[in-house]
Amino acid sequence: MASTEADVFDRLGRGLSALGAWIDARFPMTKLIKEHATEYYASKNFNVWYGFGVIATFVLVLQLVTGIFLTMNYKPSAAEAFGSVEYIMRDVDWGWLIRYLHSTGASAFFIVVYLHMFRGLLYGSYKKPRELVWIIGMFIYLALMAEAFFGYLLPWGNMSYWGAQVIVTLFGSVPWVGDELAEWIRGDFYISDITLNRFFAFHVIAVPLMLLLLVVVHIMALHEVGSNNPDGIEIKEHKGPNGKPIDGVAFHPYHTSKDLVIVIVFMIVFAAVVFFAPDMGGYFLEHANFEPADPLRTPEHIAPVWYFTPFYAILRAVPNERIGVALMGLAVLLPFFLPWLDRCRVKSIRYRSGFYKITLMTFAVTFVALGYLGLQPPTTLVARLSLTFTILYFAFFVVMPFYTVREKTKPVPTRVTW
Amino acid sequence: MVRNAVIAFILAVGFVSPALSQHEPVLDEANNNVADLKSLQRGAKYFVNYCLGCHSAKYVRYNRLAQDLQLSEQQLDENLMFTGEQAFDLMEIAMRPDDAARWFTVAPPDLSLIARSRGTDYLYTYLRSFYVAPDRPTGVDNVVMPGTNMPHVLWQLQGTQRAVFHTDEHNAEVLEGFETVRPGELDAKAFDEAVRDIVNFLDYIGEPIKQQRQQLGIRVIGFLLVFLLIAFMLKKEIWKDVK
Repeated sequence: MASTEADVFDRLGRGLSALGAWIDARFPMTKLIKEHATEYYASKNFNVWYGFGVIATFVLVLQLVTGIFLTMNYKPSAAEAFGSVEYIMRDVDWGWLIRYLHSTGASAFFIVVYLHMFRGLLYGSYKKPRELVWIIGMFIYLALMAEAFFGYLLPWGNMSYWGAQVIVTLFGSVPWVGDELAEWIRGDFYISDITLNRFFAFHVIAVPLMLLLLVVVHIMALHEVGSNNPDGIEIKEHKGPNGKPIDGVAFHPYHTSKDLVIVIVFMIVFAAVVFFAPDMGGYFLEHANFEPADPLRTPEHIAPVWYFTPFYAILRAVPNERIGVALMGLAVLLPFFLPWLDRCRVKSIRYRSGFYKITLMTFAVTFVALGYLGLQPPTTLVARLSLTFTILYFAFFVVMPFYTVREKTKPVPTRVTW
Repeated sequence: MVRNAVIAFILAVGFVSPALSQHEPVLDEANNNVADLKSLQRGAKYFVNYCLGCHSAKYVRYNRLAQDLQLSEQQLDENLMFTGEQAFDLMEIAMRPDDAARWFTVAPPDLSLIARSRGTDYLYTYLRSFYVAPDRPTGVDNVVMPGTNMPHVLWQLQGTQRAVFHTDEHNAEVLEGFETVRPGELDAKAFDEAVRDIVNFLDYIGEPIKQQRQQLGIRVIGFLLVFLLIAFMLKKEIWKDVK
């Protein structure tokens, strides 16, 4: 009995490897698995900061899957959109869960991506030879902002409506072609059914396609140069007799097993929000958005969703709208140039000067403060604080090339430390 | 250094926050509990008797209501459906929005999501804050929403009251309290309870799944914790030789 069982498995095993060989002769399956998983070596000393990339990928998949199920019941029309979301929340089996996963996923995506980017700042992950990894990542961030902006209109709540109205109007301050540009985006003279329909098209197909493609390119570029690490040194420079980096461990099974733990921890936090505070006190789902869109009545206080508010605060910091919009655009674009603005040769914050540490922490505080200020109703105090933090935001980038070139750094170890 | 910066930031936000908040009427806490079935049942009854004449709850189905509030079909029929609806119908009203807008200046809003857009404390305070104002078309005004077009629908229960204001140092009118003009069927405490039941019901229809959501959440997180333990042990095993 036992021998026949072993026989079955033996034949099954031989059958599978024959199938594998058949595929490998036609498609680089084993090669891809080796290059990107079992023989992709990444530093063994990754800390928690290195978990946000895989979490972001997890959230991307979550958003795609929940998004597909939402589109099965959502109606992209001004007359039906709001009602169809409530239909999903009340009448569709598990619709409420799918919707909350998607709405919470949107905010989670930004939290995770902001932390992922900050990791890049901490350990100099944007520096040579990873400039392209960083730049592609910035494009992912832009695509994510577009995705969030288009998606936010879809529930057709009053905040969706007026938020979109305000943001589209910003394009109106582009010199010469502004008004035409805003009209072209809306497809109408105001936010209407037509706008909703095209935003739906962008949200469910155009931008997600772009996002997916960019993520693949981001990972390909990363795997070409190899991952950075908290010491900011190149593990490829110290290879063992087998030609593998001594300080690296294979992505699979080492980092995959570690990432599984990290993703589950994330899922626990995520589930806590989805099941116990899906509104997140009005930050993830805004109160005014539980009223249907009304073109004749604005919400008491219009603010974008929290993940846009740092830039919104910069926009409001100056009294001139055109300058405000220009500054906001600049604030989004400046990080693209970080690989060349930062001229220090040492990558990791562990071995950089105290001055840089203070500067980076100030920048982090500035970003959070701007986010907070962008949520507040516009008072003179808010405007004054916004201006202060806006100056600090730009100072981080503008001053960077001057002090980083002669920065006093600590000696960098040749091998990674735990 | 970093710690100091963080502390300074937290302190700054702490001092600035009160200055940033807008002046809004003080709201009483609703303290309602959507797990209180009896309260929801009473609230449903008040709702169909006092609110559903003018306000719809057009995303709410009668049979879902009956199921969640543990009412039999007969109880539903006798207590909550008065105008020949079917159990699978939505809580809609016969009044046309354009008529309503003509009669009340604005069409009374649908109440399905009012607890989510306004908050329960707001509703609880609003419904208890009507006061006599002879110059208004409805004869009443409201402290929470001055100039409201809604009449004091619950006057039979609450009776009528007068608002007493005093002028503060910034020359702004501040509510001191209410004085009863004519008592209603319920005393103040019983009326507060009745309003709490209504608000509780509104809270429930705002998100009927809320309770199940939280119960499921505990199980999901419990499962994830077990999964985490297993995943952690797996990671330890795989990494045990890495030095």
